[in-house]
Amino acid sequence: MAAAEEKTSPKTSLENSSQEKSWHGIVLQSLKRNDISLVPYVPDRILTTLIKNLHADPFFTTFPTAREEEAVGIVSGAWMGGRRGAVLMQTSGFATLANVLASLAMPYQIPLIMFVTERGTLGEFNYGQSLVCRTMRPVLDSLAMEHHTCTRLDEFEFICDRSIKQAVTTQAPVALILSPLLTGGKTFDK
Amino acid sequence: MNSTPARNTKVMNRFDLTSRLVARLKNEEAVVGGIGNTNFDLWAAGHRPQNFYMLGSMGLAFPIALGVALAQPERRIFALEGDGSLLMQLGALSTIATLAPKNLTMVVMDNGVYQITGAQPTPGAVVADIVAIAIASGLGNSAWAADEEDFERLIDQSMSTAGPTLIGVRIDDKPGVGTTRRDPVQIRERFMHGLGVREPL
Repeated sequence: MAAAEEKTSPKTSLENSSQEKSWHGIVLQSLKRNDISLVPYVPDRILTTLIKNLHADPFFTTFPTAREEEAVGIVSGAWMGGRRGAVLMQTSGFATLANVLASLAMPYQIPLIMFVTERGTLGEFNYGQSLVCRTMRPVLDSLAMEHHTCTRLDEFEFICDRSIKQAVTTQAPVALILSPLLTGGKTFDK
Repeated sequence: MNSTPARNTKVMNRFDLTSRLVARLKNEEAVVGGIGNTNFDLWAAGHRPQNFYMLGSMGLAFPIALGVALAQPERRIFALEGDGSLLMQLGALSTIATLAPKNLTMVVMDNGVYQITGAQPTPGAVVADIVAIAIASGLGNSAWAADEEDFERLIDQSMSTAGPTLIGVRIDDKPGVGTTRRDPVQIRERFMHGLGVREPL
């Protein structure tokens, strides 16, 4: 934990790398800077480039799981074994997690780090997705879990880096919700 | 390994098998005990700092053990799971087969019932073969243990196999022998001490 705190400040890294100017580049570099090397995911179209770049980088062990709660189990086990992880998913995947959050991550005090691409708002075309989306923040709030909705690129590295460090040092889960305002979201093309 | 017909295997006992497993552990191997009776019997077999007891999140014993295995590739990890729990998370078998950790041994305690909720039969009780499912999921080193001696042989064999192993055991419908002390933070912290991740305060 102390080592993570001693790492280069976000601003300096941002200036040094052009890849960090995209939201997905910021996620990748924030994971790396905080020694998070295990990244299971259930994909989303918005995550395509990030997932491709994680696979291309030998620092990361990244792979798909069949369900999001499986990925939560994997990173929880890894953390107890001394290796840090984070889970990537979309809104509907988060909606499957209430049981594992309430019975594993929270009571065992595991710093579960989740990146959730937000479907269901700001131009959603599938009514079911918009309803699923409305369950997400009430679940997070009901467990008093830390969460941030990330909308601006200029704030994003600060939020990522600080949230990861807070999760690890306070041994508490965090969810970073990646808004369409940040990622562009998914739109109805035809 | 997959030639043993499931229904010709001896019906054994969870606590006895768990005790036999624990007795064979000489190198601080990690053991992840699934929800309910599976971890109750792990507790009753004698607490070890390298044991992790699940108090919820049914079906995640194998994913949690996979995470430990990926974090500590030099340590052998055992995971104990019930058949009802595994049926909730069959996709995990494919994930484990794809990642193929060399240090993971999975044991499925198959009694065909949700013993702890009143022994109602699982949906797979009559029709599903857990070992055949595991093999079809890509876990080639999967077998039913014919009896206690065969179980011990399969456990020993798994420790030198160059890939993940799954062992199916048919068990009776007896409840767990003990009850795990339900203190999740203490369970997690002791486990991390046992794995050498942290020093005791």
